Amino acid sequence: MGVAVLLKQVPDTTAKISISGGKVDESSIAKWAISPYDEYALESAIQLKESGFGDVVAITCGPSRAAKCLTEAAAVGADRLIHILTESTLDSIQVQSLLSASVKETGCDLVMCGKQAADTNSGSTGPGLASTLGFSFVGGVTRVSVNGGLASATRLGPSGLEEVEVGGPCVFTFDKGESELRRPNVRGIMMAKKKPIDSLSPEDLGVNGTNSLVIIKDHSSPPEKQPGQKFIGSESIPEVVEKLREEANVI
Amino acid sequence: MSTTVISESNNGILHPVTAQLVGAASSLGGPITVICPGGVGSSDAAKISGVTKVISVEGECFETYDCSAWSKSLSPLIEGDLILSSSSAIGRELISSISATKGIPVVQDVTSLKDGFSATRTIYSGKAIEEVSISSPCAISLRPNSFESAEGGGSAEISTVNVSQEVAVAVKRALAKASERLDVSEAEIIISGGRGMGEPANFSHLNEIADVLGAAVGASRAAVDTWEEIPHSMQVGQTGKTVTPNLYIAVGISGAIQHLAGMRSSKFILAINKDPEAPIFGVADYGIVSTWEDALPALKDQLAELLSN
Repeated sequence: MGVAVLLKQVPDTTAKISISGGKVDESSIAKWAISPYDEYALESAIQLKESGFGDVVAITCGPSRAAKCLTEAAAVGADRLIHILTESTLDSIQVQSLLSASVKETGCDLVMCGKQAADTNSGSTGPGLASTLGFSFVGGVTRVSVNGGLASATRLGPSGLEEVEVGGPCVFTFDKGESELRRPNVRGIMMAKKKPIDSLSPEDLGVNGTNSLVIIKDHSSPPEKQPGQKFIGSESIPEVVEKLREEANVI
Repeated sequence: MSTTVISESNNGILHPVTAQLVGAASSLGGPITVICPGGVGSSDAAKISGVTKVISVEGECFETYDCSAWSKSLSPLIEGDLILSSSSAIGRELISSISATKGIPVVQDVTSLKDGFSATRTIYSGKAIEEVSISSPCAISLRPNSFESAEGGGSAEISTVNVSQEVAVAVKRALAKASERLDVSEAEIIISGGRGMGEPANFSHLNEIADVLGAAVGASRAAVDTWEEIPHSMQVGQTGKTVTPNLYIAVGISGAIQHLAGMRSSKFILAINKDPEAPIFGVADYGIVSTWEDALPALKDQLAELLSN
């Protein structure tokens, strides 16, 4: 019983990203936040807890700054907080091995996270973790409820929006959910500050946290756009359409 | 060097992105196997030039989509130094699951790929570009419309494999049919509306132009958050989809940083906004200062006339 929620700390989506020396300059990022899709996973896990499903364990993997998203999760109702402390860049296999080991330790048989994180936008963790754990997997859900041993979810599948059912241990990844996200109240925030965080190293979990098979070579800014041509009023449409064909060659 | 391409399908036929995956694999050299989940499109896959072999994987588990069941069926049949899929929702899930099963790393939504492997992708929804080197064997999903399609005219042998994996995810009922419109992540032309469209019913004007152009219709986050008629699946930008079409037409979108991140890498951008100071004009190749009410009917007529010739 219990739900493990995986949270990734990412730059707030309003943050400007600057590059320094071929690398994203993290020190220039003013605000970090829980990745938006992960917030829907957290909300759903807390709703399950309120319907009697057991504790919510919030897990994050990342450098020391990431502990903040665990405290934020505690403020809205997460019961146990696990921080897998890693300072280096990890490949998908390392991330999944770390998360798998910590989910196993919690004994949770439901795992929830966002369908992708707002930094890399990859979406590898949920389905990869399900394989690693040997759990079932349902991706891109907007709602999950549990009745007896059966979980029911709404997902956007290949043939449209559909309701699916799955029994046994399962990983769900969230799209933008149906529920409004709750905001923490003052009492929640105060309690959360006192909540202990279990901090674990990759070694504690029996995973090699160094030899990433994916190595970041370079970061760069997208090419600056040259100022374009500006036209006033809808009278300019014929001229613009001609340019789309003749200059841009896109229609 | 050998590659296995996981084919992409849509409504029971082979999706054209499959030829792009083969095109990317061909540029790296070596034999190319295309594996078709559920056997969908296997005869068309065999006609793509450069394909060495097609494996048509058939079985009851492919009647509905259960990522784990599909992955368990496909994984034992996949070999080679490189696995490629589309970075569609299902493509990403499948390749993640398969790579985890095989214990190899996966890198998603790559826009250029070189020998070795060296890959480029956007991060922070387009606010930065990342170059990575990846040890082989590995799995990589490619962004649609970023790679040249392989041509037709091939005639690869097709082998059929029957598998039966237990399905754990049961589809109980359909709630809404998938939109018949092209998805923004696959379109070569996108026309998007923002809150400046006034009300969701006015998106019909965008739909009409999209029909003329064969374009997908997108929306800004402000539009998606304000109107429940505009689904999140249309959202372009951070917390939505990052897109790189040949032409992006932004109508009534002021250009919040999250939106700009998700569309600024489009080859050409046309912005229509009544506010001459709107930030969207800062990234637009062509900017028209006008209300949508004035601009869209004229744009539709002009395009219809041009494209009917």
